[in-house]
Amino acid sequence: MIMNDLRAGDQDLHAPMLAIRQLRKVYEGSGRTVEAIRDVTFSLAERELICIVGPSGAGKTTLLRCIAGLLAPTSGEITLAGRKVVGPAAGMAVVFQEYGRSLFPWMRVRQNVELPLKEKGLSTEHRRRLVNESIDAVGLKDARDAYPWQLSGGMQQRVAIARAIAYEPKVLLMDEPFASVDAQTRAELEDLVRSLWTRLGVTIVFVTHDIDESVYLGERVVVLSASPTTVMEEVSIDLGAERNQLQTRADPRFGQLRGHIYELIKDAKGGGAQYGSATLAGARDCGR
Amino acid sequence: MSSILGRLWATFLVPAVLFVLWMVTSSNSENFFFPPLQKILSAFRDTWMSNNGAAEIVPSLLRLAAGFFAAFTFALTAGVLLGSSKVARDYTEPVFEFFRAIPPTVMIPVLLVISGIGDTSKIAVIALGCLWPMLLNTIEGVRSVDSVLKDTCNVYRIHGIRRLAMLTLPAASPQIVTGMRTGLSIGIILMVISEMFASRNGIGFAIIQFQRTFAIPEMWSGILLLGIIGVALSLLMRGFEMLVLHWYEGVRQQ
Repeated sequence: MIMNDLRAGDQDLHAPMLAIRQLRKVYEGSGRTVEAIRDVTFSLAERELICIVGPSGAGKTTLLRCIAGLLAPTSGEITLAGRKVVGPAAGMAVVFQEYGRSLFPWMRVRQNVELPLKEKGLSTEHRRRLVNESIDAVGLKDARDAYPWQLSGGMQQRVAIARAIAYEPKVLLMDEPFASVDAQTRAELEDLVRSLWTRLGVTIVFVTHDIDESVYLGERVVVLSASPTTVMEEVSIDLGAERNQLQTRADPRFGQLRGHIYELIKDAKGGGAQYGSATLAGARDCGR
Repeated sequence: MSSILGRLWATFLVPAVLFVLWMVTSSNSENFFFPPLQKILSAFRDTWMSNNGAAEIVPSLLRLAAGFFAAFTFALTAGVLLGSSKVARDYTEPVFEFFRAIPPTVMIPVLLVISGIGDTSKIAVIALGCLWPMLLNTIEGVRSVDSVLKDTCNVYRIHGIRRLAMLTLPAASPQIVTGMRTGLSIGIILMVISEMFASRNGIGFAIIQFQRTFAIPEMWSGILLLGIIGVALSLLMRGFEMLVLHWYEGVRQQ
């Protein structure tokens, strides 16, 4: 809502791009009900990049699946550009954590990226342009005709990202997309997300369990509590638009923000007994 | 180049040795029931490599093809429908298990009574035998399509025919092909047996005729022919597999 003032040029000044209002999700099992999400409310302006972070088991994936329309919420409402989300919406794309299982192994990279565009009904010429542009944008120009299983994990996740941006979604959802790639690849992919975001102006919701990643990537971080999930705090990340793995992470402000979120998540876990005291002391220093 | 030669060597060495061994050990055979291979081979040439031979081979293969493809079409359609619906599976699976447990050959007398000794009964027997491995494998293949791939299709709103062609069938294809391979070998068995029971032509019919008239080398040549047909069909199947499942080979090698 606050962001709307800054978006004077947009057509719709009042509706946020994505709004989640009092979302609640209860799983009805056999004989027992589990309240995964109690009350989650937040919203996103156009061209915003927010990260959702929370302790493990915080219902992050449940939340994202509800936003994506893959899961029906028990109550509450999700709107995309003012329209209520019931089922997967036309303006949304998702990058899943399991890159190896989200690409079609019987199709080449190019065909994987093109498939959703065919469903959209775009012309051959238009499709080819989008496919080439998005594959080039993620740096896989030479792998267009490869099969996904011929590529490394990081490259496969790049293909999934290319497919998502070629779709030209209003909102791009990313569900812990780099949780299972190695640290170096992860840093590269984080920078890729930042650069795609600035260049293409997509609106991104990035779910992660990694506090550092959330601070490095986000313009704002929504911190979730443990299940049943509520929003603990929305932390605004004032690290500027230009970010860099070395300088940004060495910035004292980065440490403060990281420490603050660390404390929040520690509280969410109720004591954080599994963490060593030395690490906790370090995090507190950062917070001051 | 040397690897191709090596493969050819590995493929043909043992069959060649067995063939020579058979030829040498049987060459002086006086046993009426086990004639020399030379006599079997000349009977093979006279019996099968002629118009008369074609008159037996062609009807057999046509019935096999008709039965196999009828079963395949049904198995694919029903398999996709049942594989997509848990409720439908729960209701039908016990019945399928029962039908699958019945050896298809025992259906031959029943079908002969119902539809006589014409082509229909034999095609029906072949189709009935091929059906179960293909149907059950297709159901299983469709049922076990990866959930993340399904979510991906849901997110990008890929439904209907495109989803069937781009997700369901390719994902289930390794299982479907396994079912086809099993179905085909059952089909060949039933092709021969159905002809032995009651028929006017076909390879199985000819073999039984030779046996009844004590034309022993000709009878053996028919058995040889069935072996060759079996190998040829499995090579055909292998070619089809390489065409459809080349990606699957790649995934498995990773």
